[in-house]
Formats: sequence, structure tokens, C-alpha cells
Amino acid sequence: MSARYDRAITVFSPDGHLLQVEYAQEAVRKGSTAVGVRGAEAVVLGVEKKSVAKLQEERTVRKICLLDDHVVMAFAGLTADARILINRAQIECQSHKLTVEDPVTLEYITRYIASLKQKYTQSNGRRPFGISCLIGGFDYDGQPHLYQTEPSGIYYEWKANATGRSAKTVREFLEKYYTAEEVSSERGTVKLAIRALLEVVQSGQKNLEIAVMRHGEPLVMLDADTIEKYVTEIEKEKEEEAEKKKAKK
Amino acid sequence: MECLIGIKFNDFVIIAADRTSCQSIIVMKTDENKLHKLSNKLVMGVSGESGDTTQFAEYIAKNIQLYKMRNTYELSPKEAATFTRRNLADTLRSRSPYHVNLLLAGYDDKEGPQLYYLDYLASIASVDYAAHGYGGYFSLSIMDRNYLKSLNRDQGYDLLKKCVAEVHKRLVINLPNFKVQVIDKDGISDMPDITMANLN
Repeated sequence: MSARYDRAITVFSPDGHLLQVEYAQEAVRKGSTAVGVRGAEAVVLGVEKKSVAKLQEERTVRKICLLDDHVVMAFAGLTADARILINRAQIECQSHKLTVEDPVTLEYITRYIASLKQKYTQSNGRRPFGISCLIGGFDYDGQPHLYQTEPSGIYYEWKANATGRSAKTVREFLEKYYTAEEVSSERGTVKLAIRALLEVVQSGQKNLEIAVMRHGEPLVMLDADTIEKYVTEIEKEKEEEAEKKKAKK
Repeated sequence: MECLIGIKFNDFVIIAADRTSCQSIIVMKTDENKLHKLSNKLVMGVSGESGDTTQFAEYIAKNIQLYKMRNTYELSPKEAATFTRRNLADTLRSRSPYHVNLLLAGYDDKEGPQLYYLDYLASIASVDYAAHGYGGYFSLSIMDRNYLKSLNRDQGYDLLKKCVAEVHKRLVINLPNFKVQVIDKDGISDMPDITMANLN
């Protein structure tokens, strides 16, 4: 029955679904995992890097982008769609500064991106954007925020979330291990993000891209050595946990 | 009438603008800042039609920031000057041209310090030293006589002070304060304002 209602985006199916939007969400589920954690001192975004072919230049695959000096975005889904949205968001960030002299708040730019996505769920002849975005950063008043937008145009604020492939597993991990104490420092926040990603990333640390945003400072992309240090620490802790469990038995 | 002065040396470029803001015969403020920061190593001094100045300067500044966000690297001074000139030229033969005169001072990590003179008719010139406004008539002569590419920061500041002293002495319009900025490989730094007091 639903087959007849899933071609044109502007048509509801009889049971009240916009099937094109749901198919867009399927596309997101096929994309590589992205995770975001909001800490007290830093907002950390991490993505699983798709492994590059032997002859491919690695640096052309960028899944974490700056929208403005204080706003960073990671996404899961169709990279080409993301490029368009990022372009529009970057223009909006500057336009906002031009008209009101203040940098955008996280909520404002998230709302802008979300309304853009929503427009494409109600237009004739256009399909929705096949990406889910994690938008993080610090507002002008120093408060950290992490937002998520979906192809349907909804947005929510999160303390920590994941999107893309295996998002459910990562989110469950975050629900289990996220504590305000753990993320009160930058180190703790980064460690939690890396731990969460390591749960689902197949080839381990070589395929992680981690970005750290602090208040009033430019974005820092962690280099391979720093990530390796964190991973070694995490693996040591895991071993100690396993030992303790064995000892109890 | 407003005065802009810019001088380029081997390792840095110095740019100055007067600080008066006037409407016909009334002086509204004497601490106006006419030097707009376009990016970390780029400053634009603007003079001309009231309103056009701020509007144009902010428009160019935000577009340069947008370029940086989009492409993750900044526009060089030459590229920024060309972009600015292009905007002036496009609006020149439109219904509402911008009546602004500009000095663009910047530091290119490869080419070194740069100074560009642009005027409201969208002409552009890369120069060692330049000035806009009536104050320019006197400043240019002082710089013709005393300019040396090899002067250091303090000597360059002294040359600028000589120019301003001449403007104070010979120009019928009172321009008491000048804001001064220096751009070098480390970015933009403020130098002390040149005022009537610290010239005597």
C-alpha cells in the first residue's frame, strides 16, 4: 500500500508517514558513525573516518567542519548534501554577524539548519537532505551546547549523542557511562568520546577523527599521536576492569 | 575632511587614520575608529561618505571571514584588495555606488608587507606609501623627503608623527588625534595614538 505514497515527498501515506523523509533517515543510518559529547570545558565531536583507497589523498575526506569560529559540525549520511548545508550555514553565520554584530548562538544556527531541512520536506520536486548533523560549540556567554538535527527538520539538544551506523549501540554506551563528573574536564570528555567510538569502529584508532572545541579558542583537531595516547590509556583501563572481574570470580 | 596615511617598510606596514567624526560644522566625536580589521593580518582604513564607510567596510570584512570559513585558509592581501576593488567597480555604475576611499594594509606570509591605495572610482595601486584626504597633500611631501624602506618600527612611527605634525600645522581643519596600527608577521598591533599633546 505504502509503495504508492513514497514517490513524491509532499504526499502523506495513509498511516501518516512522510515516506521520503523516513528513507532519508535510512540513508543516514548507512553513513559512518559520528559522536558528540558536551563537557563543562569542551565540546568534543568524533567521526569514524572511512578508509581511503590506496591511491586516494586522505585529506580530501573531511567530515568535521567549522561553521564559524565557535561552531563546529559533524554529520552522518550523504557527504554531498552536507556540503550544501554547510555552505548555507557558513553564509548565515557571517550574515548574522553583519546584521546584528553578534556571533550566532548554537540554537540559532541549529534552528536555521533545521528549518532549511524542513523546507525540503515540503517542496515539490525536491528530496530531503540525507544527513543528520551534530552541531557543537560555545555560545557567546560561555555555555556549551550540543544539538542534533535530522532530515525531517527536527532538532534536539543533547548532553551526548551519536548518529549514523550503529548509533544505537553508541548511544546506549553513552547512557551507561556519561556522568557529569566524567565530562567536567576536557580530558574526560575526549576520553568518553573516543571510548564511545571505539565500541563500533572496526579498525580501531587509525580511523578516528576527533575535534575539540573550547570556549574562546580555535577548533583543535587531535593528531594521530594524541589519539593513540588516549586509546592506550583506554585499553589499559579496560584490561584492569577485566582483571578485576576475573579476580572477583 | 578625513585623513588616512599608510606606509610600507621591509618587515611591516603602518597605517593611520584621524579620529574625528563630523557632520557639517559639528565635531561629533574625537575617538572614532576608522581602521577596520578584515582578518588577522589585514586592516582597511576607510574614509568618505558617512554611512557608506561603515557599511562597505563591514560588508568586505564579513565576506573575507566567509572565505576563510569556506576554504579554511585566508585571502592574501592582494586577493582581498582585488575583491574589494571588484565590489567598488560593480557598484560604481549602479543606482547606488559606494563613495569610499580606502587604504588596505596587510602582511602576506610569502610576499611580506603590502599596501594598496583604492579610491571611490575603483582604481587600485600597490604603493610604498599613500594618503587620502587633504592631509595627504602635506603627508606625501614629508614622506617623499624622508621615506626609507629600511626604517624600523620606531623610526617608521616617527616618520608618521612628522606627517601628522605637518597636518596639524598647515591644514585649516582640526584633526587632533590619529589612530595608528602596525601589521607585521605577528599580526596587528596598536601603537599609541598620535595626539596634539604627545607631538609637543
